[in-house]
Amino acid sequence: MSKSYRGSIVFTIAAVAVVAALGTAYAMRDKSASNTSITAVGSTALQPLVEAAGEEYAKDNLGTFINVQGGGTGTGLSQVSQGAVDIGNSDVFAEEKDGIDAKALIDHQVAVVGIAPLLNKHNGVKNLTTKQLISIFTGKVTNWKEVGGNDQKIVIINRAAGSGTRATFEQWGLNGAQSTEAQEQDSSGMVRSIVSTTPGAISYAAFGYIDASVVAPKVNGVKPTKQNVVSGKYAIWSYEHVYTKGKPSEPVAKFLNYLTSEKVQSTLVSKLGYISIHDMKISRDVNGQVTRK
Amino acid sequence: MDNITKKLMQKSESTHKDTIGRAVSLTALALIGIVVVAIFAFVLSRGLSTFFRDGVSVKDFLFGTTWNPSVTNPETNQPYIGALPMIIGSFLVTFLAAIVATPFAIGTSLLMTEIAQKRGAKIMQPIIELLVGIPSVVYGFIGLTVVVPFIRNITGGSGFGILSGTIVLFVMILPTITSMTVDTLKSVPRYYRESALAIGATRWQMIYKVILRSATPGIMTAIVFGMARAFGEALAVQMVIGNAALMPTGLATPASTLTSVLTMGIGNTVMGSLQNDVLWTLAMILLLMSLVFNLIVRAIGRRGAMK
Repeated sequence: MSKSYRGSIVFTIAAVAVVAALGTAYAMRDKSASNTSITAVGSTALQPLVEAAGEEYAKDNLGTFINVQGGGTGTGLSQVSQGAVDIGNSDVFAEEKDGIDAKALIDHQVAVVGIAPLLNKHNGVKNLTTKQLISIFTGKVTNWKEVGGNDQKIVIINRAAGSGTRATFEQWGLNGAQSTEAQEQDSSGMVRSIVSTTPGAISYAAFGYIDASVVAPKVNGVKPTKQNVVSGKYAIWSYEHVYTKGKPSEPVAKFLNYLTSEKVQSTLVSKLGYISIHDMKISRDVNGQVTRK
Repeated sequence: MDNITKKLMQKSESTHKDTIGRAVSLTALALIGIVVVAIFAFVLSRGLSTFFRDGVSVKDFLFGTTWNPSVTNPETNQPYIGALPMIIGSFLVTFLAAIVATPFAIGTSLLMTEIAQKRGAKIMQPIIELLVGIPSVVYGFIGLTVVVPFIRNITGGSGFGILSGTIVLFVMILPTITSMTVDTLKSVPRYYRESALAIGATRWQMIYKVILRSATPGIMTAIVFGMARAFGEALAVQMVIGNAALMPTGLATPASTLTSVLTMGIGNTVMGSLQNDVLWTLAMILLLMSLVFNLIVRAIGRRGAMK
């Protein structure tokens, strides 16, 4: 067998393989394009809910495909403003984010998420007042014994600047005070594991992340629980927003209805650690005005 | 007669193949060139808009020490965009990791090329190749679960910081430096060794005074390549450095690097806003630095080429 002959056989095999691969890919391609595809991008805090709801929804509505991606609140809001995606997920009101034309967006609130301070178990603190939280996070207090705990240096762990969880915590937990420059971590899961292993650590995360490895202290004597958020006693919480650019198209509107439907709100929402918007006995607007329902 | 002329005038099959081959490789080359230019153009256009559109001064950006782009300084009416803490953090971890890794890399490669060639090649080669293949998230995870608690036990504090970052990066760049050093040592001509031994040098004298000396440019290149890798590493460092945009005050206090600030922040900012632009400027600095590293490598290669 001559060399060039062998070469051409190899070439032929390679070419056939490529064509076969492309052919298979084409045959098995995502056919959603020919049907309905809804793309949602943004907040990682809201991602699990939209993802789970999207899967359920696609099961009941064959041919509809909900494509959910993270990327962060900023990404969600800017992509939906540009019209690049159908849905932008956000932890904050669009008005609160720089560079977003909030008037062009329509807000759909799909859930509520409560956020609690997290402490290392050995800090020896069970209750913190707002004033104490502010002095801890602004760096005025640096030892736990100054707020009634053990003699242990305070280690602050923040979420990344611009994260929705951090924005909510600073607005409602610290009355708008800015946290001092400190460690930053990318995700709530990471924050919890660092708090549980680092002596003197304090951070914050959504209720869904509270477990036995960390302590979630009372804030001003109020336990961080769903009941206290619903009744308005506990202030550190935020809406989970789903934004659309202008009026949503029919399939998107249908999916949004599904998200706020009793079925999803009573099952998925609480299962994933969020609070149903139907349960809320109060509501809060973008300026923080609370009204009883 | 006509037939022969025709045959002679026609391109032969090999020439034809040659033309096709040349076209294919030129196309590939052009494509790569376009991609590189496009990346530079995009990052530069985004990164420079911080200075041109948002009116931030270059000096404030490079030498300011407070980083908080979403807050405006009431005195100067400018946001806090001092990137010095990250720049210093990046350089510190990079240099420290290179300093720690170099002796290990040189030692290992001497073992593999001069001292125990067979065993070295059999045992060390696969180990080094294995280290290259481990994804950086695994390094970061090991750093988080092993290195950070270890540092915390020794120094107190949280354990996150430049020291942990250095340790993780040291392991990550070790194989890069080692394998390049091995290649350099192997390329030292055999007669250098033979001449040294012939005039009565011991093995150690031969290694130290002849082989290492003549391989110095190559070893330098290896170190710079390792540093380039360390400078651009994002994920593993982000997991162990603590990501606090503070001027580093010690090796065991949380700090940040250009990459860690970049990856943490990019999803939380809105495209086109100042907070987003400054992140692109950080990316631009990273890109320019990798260019600088490349130029250094070329300069070393040109000056130190073995004659």
